[in-house]
Amino acid sequence: MLYPDTVEAEILVHKPWFVATMFGVVLLLFMAFNMSGTSFAELMRPVIGEPSVSGLYGRFAIAFAIAVIFTLNVVLIGFAPLKFQIGIVWLELLLLFIAFFETFHLSLPFIREKLPFLISQGVVTTLYVSAISIVIASVIAVAGAVAKLSNNGFAFAIASFYTSFFRGLPLLMQVYLIYLGLPQLGFVINAVPAGILALSLCYGAYMTEIFRSGIQSIDRGQWEASRSMGFGFALTMRRIILPQALPVIIPPTGNQFISMLKDSSLVSVIGVWELMFLARTLGQKTFQHMEMLISAAMIYWMLSICLELIQSRIERHYHRSKVR
Amino acid sequence: MSAQSVIEAKAVSKWYGQFHALKDINLTVHKGERIVICGPSGSGKSTLIRCFNRLEAHQQGDIVVNGVALHGKMTNVAAVRSNVGMVFQQFNLFPHMTVLMNCMAGPMWVKGVSEKEARETALKFLERVRIPEQANKFPIQLSGGQQQRVAIARSLCMQPAVMLFDEPTSALDPEMVSEVLETMTGLARDGMTMVCVTHEMGFARAVADRVIFMDAGQIVEEGTPDEFFSRPRHDRTKLFLSQILKH
Ligand SMILES: Nc1ncnc2c1ncn2[C@@H]1O[C@H](COP(=O)(O)OP(=O)(O)OP(=O)(O)O)[C@@H](O)[C@H]1O
Ligand SMILES: [Mg+2]
Repeated sequence: MLYPDTVEAEILVHKPWFVATMFGVVLLLFMAFNMSGTSFAELMRPVIGEPSVSGLYGRFAIAFAIAVIFTLNVVLIGFAPLKFQIGIVWLELLLLFIAFFETFHLSLPFIREKLPFLISQGVVTTLYVSAISIVIASVIAVAGAVAKLSNNGFAFAIASFYTSFFRGLPLLMQVYLIYLGLPQLGFVINAVPAGILALSLCYGAYMTEIFRSGIQSIDRGQWEASRSMGFGFALTMRRIILPQALPVIIPPTGNQFISMLKDSSLVSVIGVWELMFLARTLGQKTFQHMEMLISAAMIYWMLSICLELIQSRIERHYHRSKVR
Repeated sequence: MSAQSVIEAKAVSKWYGQFHALKDINLTVHKGERIVICGPSGSGKSTLIRCFNRLEAHQQGDIVVNGVALHGKMTNVAAVRSNVGMVFQQFNLFPHMTVLMNCMAGPMWVKGVSEKEARETALKFLERVRIPEQANKFPIQLSGGQQQRVAIARSLCMQPAVMLFDEPTSALDPEMVSEVLETMTGLARDGMTMVCVTHEMGFARAVADRVIFMDAGQIVEEGTPDEFFSRPRHDRTKLFLSQILKH
């Protein structure tokens, strides 16, 4: 939340100029489309007659009806309390999305048939590849951040070379480099470990920077107080600095986790049977690409939502010591 | 070295790069002694007392604290620090821990005291600084004066041989200054060895055994409060006193 003012402002969506503008914009927007073939135009048939021959009048009538519904909807939601507003808007946007997917005429039986395998093989692989990579990346990030902040030349050089290299190369290339390059050096590596390694190293590099800035954001006085109590470096880091840096670190780290979840799809190029790989291959035989792709998209989204919820829980936990 | 001296500084010099911050400092703090250090801004007061627990390193001379010489290669600096309490101008409480935990952390993590014992000690010292009822709050929920008293209690929980104060009241509103000074006066009465950097001249007069005046990295004048305030010898001291007592 932004810093709330105690002066109550008028509700924006009830201001006449705002309502009028909104109405006008929606009207113009839908005038620009030819909606005569849609099911909404069918609903309008009593007013405009045969949609396909209704011409400019038909277009205007359809756009006008949509603008009225839209504006009324927004104004009404404006009356609801905050929690309701959020819920209703989410629900409506979701319905619009479903309506959008409806237009693909997806074969539900096909989805129902393939979904169990998509989950038991694809989701499980995606999840454990991401989870292991996240853990390794976090460990790398703490070590990397400490190294980048240390005044040990070797540590700094290695850490900064590492972050520069792995942030600088496309992840896809890193996946190839590790999977195809390591065997050249004599390490034959399977696809799954190669994928995990690539994801960990890449995200470890990004998170090193996040952790470094988080640690640096803590006041010097905390180090001094901690040292003057006789706490050593590791204890200070673990008990004093990191817990305070976490509220700064968590939001961008949550971003990274969500982004990693989806970037794990890149390891499908080396043949790991994760969600993306299956989504592309399962529908191939019967040319039902869209079914699987959309199912996978929905699954990715739901997994991301879980991560978002976890993140907001943790953020709330750390909010405690900041409020009076 | 007398067995009774807690801090002994001999011919101490310190540089920040080219800048000579401490010049040939000689100072002995005896057990039970209360010392007030004052002087103009930038004269090296903070630097000096931060050298006493090696938050800063000195480059020349010797500093011996509780019989342990401080130098760059020492391995037991934590043991020395845990014996020297330090109170900062900005309090520096750990904001993610409750007041009680702030006080329990040191004994538990450094001295390996049991949680139960640490809690008892913490409550005892919170009682001593007269805020036991705030024990379960977070630092930010307290007033400045209360926070500084918690910081004092936190240091006391380590049962230090000497307490260092670096302008403990400078960040406080006037009405909170007195509650912190009262706490410090109480400590002095109980025989705590103290080195205070402060401009509270009333406190210095009432509590100090010795007042030390620093300027440009040197100890310019040193004496009992009576000598110091009534018969300052150096012009620099007179000027400083006239400025500070004018207000
Ligand atoms: N980390 C540092 N690097 C360089 N110079 C420093 C550093 N810390 C302090 N100094 C310099 O050393 C001198 C003494 O600083 P110090 O903080 O000890 O002064 P002070 O007497 O405590 O002043 P004040 O009353 O303002 O707190 C100052 O001139 C300051 O600019
Ligand atoms: Mg100072």
